[in-house]
Amino acid sequence: MKVDRRSFLGLGLGAVAGIAISPVGAKLTDDSSIWTQNWPWTPVPPDGKISYDQSVCTLCPGTCGIKVRKIDNRPVKIEGRDSFPVNNGGACLHGIAGIQYLYDPSRVKTPLKKNNGRFEPISWEDAISLLAKRLGKIRENQSPDTLACITDTDLGSVAGLFRHFMAAFGSPNHVTMPTLESWLALTAQTLHGSGHTLGFDLDNADFILSFGAGFIEGWGSPVACFKANASRKKRDAKLYQIEPRLSTTAAAADRWIPINPGTQADLAMAMCGILLQENLFDPEFATGFKGGLNRFNAMVQQKYPLEQVAATTGISAADIKKTAIAFAKAKMPVAIPGKGRGNGAQSLKEFAAVHTLNCLTGNINKKGGTFVKPVHNYLAFPDPVQDTVARKGRARKKIAASVQELVTKVNQSDEPVVDTLFVYNANPCYTLNEPMQAVKAFEKIPFVVSFSSFMDETALSSDMILPVSTFLERFEDVPSKAGLASSVVGLTSPVVDPVFNTRSPGDALIRLAKACGGTIAQSFEWDNYETCLKNLVPGIWKALSRDGYALVLQASPTGRVETDFAFLADNPPTIQLQGDFDLTLVPIDNMRVISTVPASSPFAIKTVSDRVIKNKDIFVEINPQTAKGFKNGGFVTLTTPAGSAKVRLDFNEGIMPGVIGMVEGLGHWFDNKYVSGKGVNVHELISPVIEPGSGLDAASGIKARISKA
Amino acid sequence: MSEIENKTEHGSMDGTKECAAGDPKNDTALGLGVIFFILAFLICFLSGWLLFPKLLYSKHEQPFDFDHALHVQETGDCESCHYLREDGTFSGIPETESCLDCHTDEPMGTTEDEAIFAAEYVAKGREVPWYVYAKQPDCVFFSHAAHITAAGMDCITCHGPIGESISSRPYEENRLTGYSRDIWGRNIWGIKKNTWDSMKMDDCAACHQEETGHKGYCFQCHK
Repeated sequence: MKVDRRSFLGLGLGAVAGIAISPVGAKLTDDSSIWTQNWPWTPVPPDGKISYDQSVCTLCPGTCGIKVRKIDNRPVKIEGRDSFPVNNGGACLHGIAGIQYLYDPSRVKTPLKKNNGRFEPISWEDAISLLAKRLGKIRENQSPDTLACITDTDLGSVAGLFRHFMAAFGSPNHVTMPTLESWLALTAQTLHGSGHTLGFDLDNADFILSFGAGFIEGWGSPVACFKANASRKKRDAKLYQIEPRLSTTAAAADRWIPINPGTQADLAMAMCGILLQENLFDPEFATGFKGGLNRFNAMVQQKYPLEQVAATTGISAADIKKTAIAFAKAKMPVAIPGKGRGNGAQSLKEFAAVHTLNCLTGNINKKGGTFVKPVHNYLAFPDPVQDTVARKGRARKKIAASVQELVTKVNQSDEPVVDTLFVYNANPCYTLNEPMQAVKAFEKIPFVVSFSSFMDETALSSDMILPVSTFLERFEDVPSKAGLASSVVGLTSPVVDPVFNTRSPGDALIRLAKACGGTIAQSFEWDNYETCLKNLVPGIWKALSRDGYALVLQASPTGRVETDFAFLADNPPTIQLQGDFDLTLVPIDNMRVISTVPASSPFAIKTVSDRVIKNKDIFVEINPQTAKGFKNGGFVTLTTPAGSAKVRLDFNEGIMPGVIGMVEGLGHWFDNKYVSGKGVNVHELISPVIEPGSGLDAASGIKARISKA
Repeated sequence: MSEIENKTEHGSMDGTKECAAGDPKNDTALGLGVIFFILAFLICFLSGWLLFPKLLYSKHEQPFDFDHALHVQETGDCESCHYLREDGTFSGIPETESCLDCHTDEPMGTTEDEAIFAAEYVAKGREVPWYVYAKQPDCVFFSHAAHITAAGMDCITCHGPIGESISSRPYEENRLTGYSRDIWGRNIWGIKKNTWDSMKMDDCAACHQEETGHKGYCFQCHK
């Protein structure tokens, strides 16, 4: 017997057959696939005790209550907080992605000082003492007014501390970024006198006439608006959306009324004319009208005749009239102003004209109406201690009334009008129209200090960065704003120790004031920001610390308010779009992209549609009729008087012919591989146009053309 | 014609002739091949069924023996120790502290196991490092609340009649995956007779399909 090739073949085949009908193959296949999931280098989050902390989100003006799920001391998830008066358990995609900001690749990890164009780490002590010395020299030179300050808002204790510092230091030059809240406050101030702002009871209104407000795309307090919109069907409440494109809001509305860009103010004026002519205004409320209602009526009838406005807006006269009458006859109508999110460049004339519609219906300070509310005044700041230098500096003329004007003044002046600039939680080098002008101005200002959590465009253009903790790492009071009906103050509390060498902005400022010494230090006697906050809100601290929020106004305002028509009766001019091209470029607000501070999180950017951004290329919406001769998805050069950019076309029949829409919030150029270098910043293509009535930039679009790339 | 060409042209014919010749040498070789085949088949087949499972799993004894039946008898139900907390999380393996509702560092009975528990864990305030038979991977989110409270399921559906056991069986750990043998099931083919015989994703999906009409979406469990 000889063992040959066949014997081995038999052995091999037998072994294969034996294993094949045993469970070895199936089981090992399954097990080895699980084995690959458990390689030691695969990160596994450590287990631990589960707990929840309450706080308030500050990523947008929405003031949503949140609860943060923690495993031991590590925050792992953000959810909406139940029974919170603003969002009642809801949360938006940016809120739930909030934890990513803790570990964001562009976070500033330690104080930085620019030396020969490069940022170098510096200790907090050295940074504060260096800055205090510089500020001391400014005061020695008797020119404290050359210190300027830009903050995101003028509400809340942190903005209040900056204001307090400027007052103690002796400079009147504190300006804030234009936000929906600032526009609403300016509108209320113009029509009802200073110290007021507007809130809209959208949960109860039965007719919402939106003049381009992205009602479910980030306008106002986004989650509160989502909830109000979700309950509309049950309440049988109507939503009419007036804007040039079929936005998500327009698609969800009962009616979409396309309008030529930049003509909303004219439409609102014409509608006011119809209400007055048809005697559809509330006679009882009208007794509070002053400043020439008759003059206003005569002006709108003369300057905004229906046929002419129909031609300007592109809406038929019959449609305008029908809409105005439907609005006036509704039981609880509310007209809401503010294109897109309502921040940035808007028009006071438009806001005032839209709010005048509310005033004429008389649905003011009533359920389902518009509330003319007193501005939050819950903060009990002591008077700043001022020396002669401070008093003299403070009495000097303000350099500028807005950030845009400040940038222009700095760029136009041969002399340095600002020696040192503080910027807190704002990114003018990205969000302003023609942001490179801000970059230029910042280069011209000898010393710019950015109080920022992230190395964004403005931080990059600064000379020193004092890194501030994110909202998950610090205390802060957060007053409700942005058109919310309720007057609530939420408390942001630290849910985790600072991940990096950062401090709360309040603490940084208190330390700086103490280092400055003299009357400035005397004005900041608090040991730290937490003590300061407790002292500033004595009336509500108990509720704030116990419940995480406090109601500043227990009930909504009631009763008649006086309305002054003087501003509108003078018929302030409507801002014309700049340029001679045939098309109009308008910015689009997309719920998934943040257009202000901070920039979108990596998570949010991943959710943006391929029809907005693909790889690094941005798409612009255009009607196929307008894009004849071009290919859907093809590259074109988009040119405006402000500049040009290579973009891709997205044919969309839901945008009016002649209009090009570009999503804002993209095209960042700071170092963040997840968010930056994607698309184009639409504001780089739009030049600012100052509106005479407000003195603010009102350019919400610009003339444009497209050509083959 | 060369030899190669000749072979090519008549290759198959020649081969047939050679095989069909009935050479006794070839018969022996073939017979040996078959024997080897059968031998190898039997060895591999039996190893696959009998030896493989023994090699695949390592056995660990629990820190001490636990008598479920006795505890159920004393406490009345499963929920006394395995309960839902107020926030919806499940106590799972009870902490030593919750055992102290009844136990002290003095044993209540006479068993050696209780003596170990009292001396090593109660007296020293340590947690018992139990091996958990039903432990699922980290990538799985599972809510006991959703299954017990919302769906009204019994413990036994997934965990079997563990409450009737009087001692702790050894914990068998898959050497490759690190998971308990209970997940795949005792049957090496994964064939199950009872609902609690295995706890793989397919078992979850099958039950969901039956109870809700849908297998469920990935993100429901893999969050």
